[in-house]
Amino acid sequence: MPETMTTAAPSAVTLTIDGKTVTAPPGTLLIEAAKQAGIEVPSFCYYPGMALQGACRMCLVSIEKMGKLQTACTTTVAPGMVVHTENDEVRNARKAMLEFLLTNHPLDCPVCDKGGECELQDAVFRYGAAETRFMESKLHHEEKQFSKLIYYDWPRCILCYRCVRVCDEIMDVNAYGVAFRAAHSEIIPNRGEKLECEECGMCVDICPVGALTSGTYRYKTRPWEMNYTGTVCNHCGDGCKTTLSIRNNEIIRANNRDHSGINGEFLCVKGRFGWDFVNSQERLLEPRVRRNGSQAPASWDDALGLAVERLKAVIKEHGRDAVAVIGSNRTSNEENYLLQRLARSVLGTNNIDHHRTADYASLVGALTAAGAKDRHATMAEIASANSILLIGNDPTQQHPLVALQIREAVRQHGAHLYVINRNRIKLAERQAAVFAEVKNETEALASLIGDSPSGELAALREKLQAESDTVVIFGSEIQGRDVQRLVRWALALPGRTRFVALGDYANSRGAADMGLLPNTLPGYSPVSDVAASARFESVWGGSIPSKPGRNIREIIVDIDSGAIKALLVFGSNPAKTFGVSKETLAKLSLLFVADLFPTETAAMADVVVPAASFAEKSGTVTNLCGEVQALRKTMRKAGTRSDFEILLALARLLGAAWPYRTPDDVLREIVERVPGYSIALPHLLVGGAVPTRPEGAPLALERADLVFSSGDSLFTSGSVSRFSWALNAPEEARRPRGHIF
Amino acid sequence: MSDYESYLKGSPLEVQVISRRFRIPNITSIDVFLAHDGYKALAKALKMKPEEVINEVKNSGLRGRGGAGFNTGMKWSFVPRQSPKPKYVACNADESEPGTCKDRPLMEYDPHQLLEGIAIAGYAIGSHQGYIYIRGEYRYLMDILDRAIAEAYARGYLGKNILGSGFDFDIATHTGAGAYECGEETALLNSLEGFRGNPRVKPPFPAVVGVYGCPTVVNNVETLSNVPAIILNGADWYAKLGTPKNGGTRLFCLSGHINRPGVYELPMGFPLRRMIEEVGGGIPGGKKLKAVIPGGSSCPVLTADEIDVAMDFDSVAKIGSMLGSGGVVMIDEDTCMVKMALRIMKFYAHESCGWCIPCREGTSWLEALLERFHSGAGLATDADTALDVSYNMLGKTLCPLGDAAALPTISIVKKFRGEFEEHLKLGACPYERKAVAVA
Ligand SMILES: Cc1cc2nc3c(=O)[nH]c(=O)nc-3n(C[C@H](O)[C@H](O)[C@H](O)COP(=O)(O)O)c2cc1C
Ligand code: SF4
Ligand code: SF4
Ligand code: SF4
Ligand code: FES
Repeated sequence: MPETMTTAAPSAVTLTIDGKTVTAPPGTLLIEAAKQAGIEVPSFCYYPGMALQGACRMCLVSIEKMGKLQTACTTTVAPGMVVHTENDEVRNARKAMLEFLLTNHPLDCPVCDKGGECELQDAVFRYGAAETRFMESKLHHEEKQFSKLIYYDWPRCILCYRCVRVCDEIMDVNAYGVAFRAAHSEIIPNRGEKLECEECGMCVDICPVGALTSGTYRYKTRPWEMNYTGTVCNHCGDGCKTTLSIRNNEIIRANNRDHSGINGEFLCVKGRFGWDFVNSQERLLEPRVRRNGSQAPASWDDALGLAVERLKAVIKEHGRDAVAVIGSNRTSNEENYLLQRLARSVLGTNNIDHHRTADYASLVGALTAAGAKDRHATMAEIASANSILLIGNDPTQQHPLVALQIREAVRQHGAHLYVINRNRIKLAERQAAVFAEVKNETEALASLIGDSPSGELAALREKLQAESDTVVIFGSEIQGRDVQRLVRWALALPGRTRFVALGDYANSRGAADMGLLPNTLPGYSPVSDVAASARFESVWGGSIPSKPGRNIREIIVDIDSGAIKALLVFGSNPAKTFGVSKETLAKLSLLFVADLFPTETAAMADVVVPAASFAEKSGTVTNLCGEVQALRKTMRKAGTRSDFEILLALARLLGAAWPYRTPDDVLREIVERVPGYSIALPHLLVGGAVPTRPEGAPLALERADLVFSSGDSLFTSGSVSRFSWALNAPEEARRPRGHIF
Repeated sequence: MSDYESYLKGSPLEVQVISRRFRIPNITSIDVFLAHDGYKALAKALKMKPEEVINEVKNSGLRGRGGAGFNTGMKWSFVPRQSPKPKYVACNADESEPGTCKDRPLMEYDPHQLLEGIAIAGYAIGSHQGYIYIRGEYRYLMDILDRAIAEAYARGYLGKNILGSGFDFDIATHTGAGAYECGEETALLNSLEGFRGNPRVKPPFPAVVGVYGCPTVVNNVETLSNVPAIILNGADWYAKLGTPKNGGTRLFCLSGHINRPGVYELPMGFPLRRMIEEVGGGIPGGKKLKAVIPGGSSCPVLTADEIDVAMDFDSVAKIGSMLGSGGVVMIDEDTCMVKMALRIMKFYAHESCGWCIPCREGTSWLEALLERFHSGAGLATDADTALDVSYNMLGKTLCPLGDAAALPTISIVKKFRGEFEEHLKLGACPYERKAVAVA
């Protein structure tokens, strides 16, 4: 959420707070002006970026020449104002408010989830009294389960209405209301007895006390018993920063604890609750090898040994192009880089691809060709945009952080949203200035940029051309040459047009950037580009095949035809995503799968090895805006190995001498060798998101069916969400996709 | 049909301005109203400049009859003249202050007078839409008003181009759902817009940001009912009816221990003692007066020794209470003041909207404390705690309801401390004991 404060304008107001001279722009709230001067005014209901309530009265301060105390959260600065935040009157008022709050409060701190990180506890500790004069019996209402993931404990609620506002104003879901009145006022779901919402848990996160608690975290631990590690959500491509709270080697909770990074305090249901797949009982924990038709447990040595033995045999008998590799949308940049190095320089083939969920190659190619390689929008630039063109996709379902940024742009500074979509998506219904409901986004694009756009598209184009600055966001519907056309047309709009392609998963963009493509090296130069290849050959030794390899559709066809005999699959489930049949996969001499779970593909494998999840490894990922962030190892899962370790072992067994000892070693090579990735490492290390500027002249998209989105909903995440309790438990998860709350 | 005689008993001391038509048969019908100077003030106002109308009202000394007593013309002048947004008039007919029932006869017995006042206010501030927000329990009054509105439209006193002046004005009624707090002007606006009836943060004030974020004048029924007479007879005439800065007359609602309870129109500044003794006919059964609530339950109570006061806003304020809504409640010597405090607090603890902490928790705390204390289980510290809790609410809440709950409590604890001590000593309510003994 953007800060409400702006930097001092020339017409700044000067006032005095606690004897300090303070200068602030006109319109600044007293509480913010005080904060700038290093003076904390306690507050509960005030929350930057949300509507003012004047409800908790904690922020009462005394202003000279005003008869009574005033709320610092609703009073704006005025010239010459003299404010006291620490005199007896103010201190007594604070103490009184806290005494009031505690009258009906259960004071069950010893068992409350919030104990230790509760704003009420902290305020009482700092400003309150040690004894109570309240002799009456406390009011009580029973706790309610608002949903499987969210519980409400009325007696603890201080009625600050943060939950109501975050859901309404920030999430645009409006799931909460207030019922009854006086001391019986309570927070209720707006649509019946239970919450009907996105289950993002923003309300739980923002609740200052233990009134709203998380269905996955409640009564499990005390905050001081956990370790905290900042990392990146592994679900969609938005790349939210998150802090995993770990106890006894188990994730207990996720929240973006310090509110830093591209997402502030935001996490969607997947980020906040859907990490539990990591703890799933169904995780693969030992390698398995197929012997006499069925898989049986094996040691790591046996499993990798068998895989390498078969690989060598296939290469010997059928040549290097009888081997193919399918990579992942979720593994780290370092792992992806090593995977394509394994394919290109160890196995000696360009038969490498992945499920492409957005056409990054075409976007980079088009921007490079137009001399506009810096026109990738950052996540923050979406929220600060004046105008946004959204073609295809449904960010509310598929890219919750992008959707939030779009809503914030509209809410905070009245940005204009233009939507072209075949469905009446929520952003179109709720935020769009112009919505063109079309049969097909590709045809609509042709019409939009053609000679005579039809209907709504004409109006949309006219308005766009009058905008000062536009961010263009598009889904997988726009691909190949259409990306080039869109880029060329949109760059001619007024201002610095910037672009975002919406790829499905945590490292969809990184997979493309790192060259998990049959015709493209890391950084988007074609494999046929001798100079580009030399960049890598000079450190890898040997030579990279210059002929483009098979794409994923061709790989599948050639498994069937018998031309491909060995397939290595890392963190991908082509049997489901591409509908590869068991019969086809059975034709392989070697199907090697590294995965977290016994997927449909893993079930057919000759060798399956248990891979580590995002929480169990270090490395970097690149979000759909091209921003690189660091994954940090938070825990270990006995029996698993990271893809990094697996790849290192395979390379060694295949006779390659790789110099890497840690993912950092690989990252340094990426920074040095991959065009656009020469990023500042210190920023990354402190948890920042570092933009990349890839450039290259990749070959044209080979065919249309290579780029498609899985169309996940808020509650699904490819093959992974099946193994999450939290993503299946909410009622809403069973609603038809696209259901608008 | 009409039960007005039960509370419009009349008194020779009355000066009837806004109640002058109450007893005319069929006055709610527009023909009868027109025969008694009806809509003449509107016709006159439409020939004046809007600023002239505002000045006339300002100079008349008309002050808000809803309770706060703000100069009405002044309030109108705060509405921005040039506004890109539409402007509104919201008539506050939520009348819920205990002891107050004066807006009721104004709507029941002279609805057209109110409509005329609203239309003039609309003309003065440049509004084309008025709303009448009526408490849910007054549903039957809404029917009377709706009929009057329909008649006014039919005769061209509402709607497009009123009386050929080019001025358009509409009025719609809206009913509340039984919340005292919805009489607070910003809670009223929320409720009118269909939201929960809790107040809004002020500033901005309704005159600048009101209904749907547009400039809005909120005025009480009685306030607006006074406007036609002011326009017809002039500011000076009206001002002279009352005391300095307190123009006109006021509908006082006498209730409690009084021989002739009812609504009486008396000049501003009428002495309270005469009001009780001459207008109200004294205390029943020859009992002694113990206390008086001078302006609705939200005001500090006056003791029997304090009733030599002129009933206008400034004089009552001078002795530490308020003229408020005009609800004058007499309390006789046999009344337990602890129970009185409890009864008042029960009302506020029930009606607090719950939005802000001190009022929500304070009223509930005080209710429980007074309940316990009155039942005989009091502690020596309770009276001081009650005082302190009240002071912790006073001036610290979002809207004045918190003050309204604190002020009577403070006054009762301070002025009738002896009764608290008696309860403590006896371990029971002395008045209830007496009652038992007598029986
Ligand atoms: C708790 C509370 C209840 C109120 N109830 C009423 C009411 O029922 N009727 C009314 O006219 N004003 C009521 N008021 C006063 C209004 O807020 C407002 O001051 C008034 O409508 C303004 O009109 P006036 O200037 O004509 O008096 C109430 C105020 C408070 C704080
Ligand atoms: S549930 Fe929490 S956030 Fe919501 S009103 Fe209560 S205390 Fe505030
Ligand atoms: S928006 Fe995407 S990255 Fe952010 S928490 Fe949700 S799934 Fe994770
Ligand atoms: S003072 Fe009482 S009625 Fe007014 S806002 Fe606060 S809780 Fe609501
Ligand atoms: S923080 Fe100011 S009233 Fe709650």
